[in-house]
Amino acid sequence: MLRPESEAELAQIVTGLTAPVRIRGGGTRGVPGPEAELDVSGLSGITLYEPGALTLVAKAGTPVAEIETALATEGQRLAFEPMDHRGLMGTEGTPTIGGVIAANVSGPRRIQAGAARDFLLGVRYVDGMGQVISNGGRVMKNVTGYDLVKLMAGSWGTLGVLSEVSLKVLPKAETQATLTLSVPDAGTAVRALSAGLGSPYEVTGAAYDPALGQALVRIEGFEASVAYRAEALNRLFAPFGTMARLEDDPWPGIRDVAPFHGRVGDVWRISVKPGDAPELAARCKAEALLFDWGGGLIWALLPAGTDLRARLGEFAGHATLVRGDRTQRAMFQPEPAPLAALSRGLRQRFDPKGLFNPGLMG
Amino acid sequence: MDMPTPNPSVLAKKPRLVQRLRQVLPADAVIDDLSETRAYECDALTAYRCPPLLAVLPASTQEVSDVLRICHEEGVPVVPRGSGTSLAGGALPTADSVILGVARMNEVLETDYDNRIIRVQSGRTNLSVTGAVETEDFFYAPDPSSQLACAIAGNIAMNSGGAHCLKYGVTTNNLLGVTMVLMDGTVVEIGGAHLDAGGLDLLGVICGSEGQLGVVTEATLRILRKPEGARPVLMAFDSNEVAGACVSDIIKAGVLPVAIEFMDRLCIEACEAFAKAGYPQCEALLIVEVEGSEAEIDDQLTRIIEIARRHNPLELRESQSAEESARIWLGRKSAFGAMGQINDYMCLDGTIPVSALPMVLRRIGELSQEYGLKVGNVFHAGDGNMHPLILFDANKPGDLEKCEAFGADILKLCVDAGGCLTGEHGVGIEKRDLMLHQYAAEDLEAQMAVKDVFDPQWLLNPAKVFPLSVSESRRAVQVAAE
Repeated sequence: MLRPESEAELAQIVTGLTAPVRIRGGGTRGVPGPEAELDVSGLSGITLYEPGALTLVAKAGTPVAEIETALATEGQRLAFEPMDHRGLMGTEGTPTIGGVIAANVSGPRRIQAGAARDFLLGVRYVDGMGQVISNGGRVMKNVTGYDLVKLMAGSWGTLGVLSEVSLKVLPKAETQATLTLSVPDAGTAVRALSAGLGSPYEVTGAAYDPALGQALVRIEGFEASVAYRAEALNRLFAPFGTMARLEDDPWPGIRDVAPFHGRVGDVWRISVKPGDAPELAARCKAEALLFDWGGGLIWALLPAGTDLRARLGEFAGHATLVRGDRTQRAMFQPEPAPLAALSRGLRQRFDPKGLFNPGLMG
Repeated sequence: MDMPTPNPSVLAKKPRLVQRLRQVLPADAVIDDLSETRAYECDALTAYRCPPLLAVLPASTQEVSDVLRICHEEGVPVVPRGSGTSLAGGALPTADSVILGVARMNEVLETDYDNRIIRVQSGRTNLSVTGAVETEDFFYAPDPSSQLACAIAGNIAMNSGGAHCLKYGVTTNNLLGVTMVLMDGTVVEIGGAHLDAGGLDLLGVICGSEGQLGVVTEATLRILRKPEGARPVLMAFDSNEVAGACVSDIIKAGVLPVAIEFMDRLCIEACEAFAKAGYPQCEALLIVEVEGSEAEIDDQLTRIIEIARRHNPLELRESQSAEESARIWLGRKSAFGAMGQINDYMCLDGTIPVSALPMVLRRIGELSQEYGLKVGNVFHAGDGNMHPLILFDANKPGDLEKCEAFGADILKLCVDAGGCLTGEHGVGIEKRDLMLHQYAAEDLEAQMAVKDVFDPQWLLNPAKVFPLSVSESRRAVQVAAE
């Protein structure tokens, strides 16, 4: 196994590669690929943290938990709320920040705060030629040259191996509240959640669990503020029914798709316009569903091997096979020809020898 | 500022090009007369001018596609132009280029409040996007100072920011999808009303690529519900250091204001003389604005004022009315105009880590002495995005060059402090030659590889972003192809 301890060593290893590798951070997200592993977990540690500037820089293999602990001591957090895939994927290991960024992993707060890519200020990575490349930096506003930072986020290692990431962090809310509403179907749920998200009350979580028949809305902030907004949302939701306040915190479970844990079958993740969600969800004929992002994110559990994309047909959005046999079916939604050509061109430029997670993204 | 020598074979093609373009565009959409092409000779970086070969004003994605296909076949460079408000020379033509203006494409195509999106043609101005949704109490968040005039196309090209991006982010955080035409005329749809990319985040790299990867004709933008209210507080301090420390403490305390604006003495005095906003005379002024219901605003401002008091402010003025809020913002919003009353000025927008603020301001003061040119500082302090305004006299021989050298020193200082050359204006031609101060050659090579993929012949917006020496071999291919 290849396990560099520094960026320079990582570059040296990549320069000497003669066969493709699967890039591994904590190994928790079940990335398929070649047997040979390039393990980045040896590149670990927070290299800079300035709470007053809301910025943190860490080596790619740094455990997410280590970063969250450091932030918590200053009352801050990763606002994009990265999902922990272990429960869903049945994996063990330690999720790393490099893995979060490479897969652009966000949670329920994505709907209000933004995705992992929106909080990524800078990257350092080793490209397929073994060169160390830097893009972006550690300041919040930066339009100096092309934004390769966004391109690297969600590239699943196919453009380069991340060695260091620079992040914008945010203050942790003083308190939070979750309101629930009993709803008969997905259509009603999405309409109610849209009303909440279109209100001035800064909803930071908007989910629907069909198994419970419950729409869930989260608000966060200072105590007085949360109390005020909870009351205002109560009035706003009156046409849909009566809201109850939930004492437990359901959001880590929604983030990690807990209702699917321990169940067999393929897991799909579908990103759509919220208004399209009820109809598309019906087309899935899934064994279980979970809606997040006001309906814009649908999690679907289906019997292994189901061709979900065939069931969905043409739609505006994309479906990703998160858990299932990715040798049989593409993990990512196939792109229209002109976009596929651009993506292929970028991969050829960044990784001409096809060393990194080959075939993963097309 | 060097620009490449115009390609004579392209110049010689003008008659044929005009003829071909008139076959696909209405007669009045192809402008070839020198007296009219002069209107496109510069953008808001007025120190540099060059009339283009000709200008075209297509009115649809199909027309843009036709124009680009023809220019691609003829090997003619194209400079896309929004409203021409770039402060960095992003829309400066070359003599052998066609200006492609999107001003005729300004329609709202779709408004969807349930899904919180608006789809517009890219020539629509920033402010009129909000204008289209404000009757329903929605708004489009990025608010560059030029928002009355600047086009969404230019906002996307430069990844524009604004005063309120501490809370709402910049263009890239509010852009969901585009219809874009590649240089060969291919029309592509990227993203849409859904969130995040299904494959590589092409939208992410297109935003901020300064019109060098394609011409965006339509955009899907995220719209937000307006907050119930907003209120600013004005704080006066007797030193930049103390004001900077106060900014840092506010952020650390967990309050996230929607804007934190900073002005130094020269700017305060200029604004006061110009706009009579009633600012206290002091070394540093902060305008901190928070949003929410009345009670939420009270609560947040109480916390912020408590922090400010620990820094011994000379004055704390919490707005008591809408009129007073408007007056507090009036001075700040007229800062550029006020500085323009004093003299010509050059506006930079380097960004620094907030912690480096006192050091950078002190050093800018020293450089000002060395160069013998005055500089005023007004900036978005919450995110470290500076706006030093260097005063000079355009009629005085040598003053512009001196000003540019001073500006370059300030931008290098920003980079050396851990920041960057430009936070929201873009590189254009203005900072092109400083790119090697921030990036190593291989870093720029990686960026140029993206352009190779989208625009293999390097015809779109030539001679911008990358130092000419660095892009030379690629541009040479284009000339050799003739």
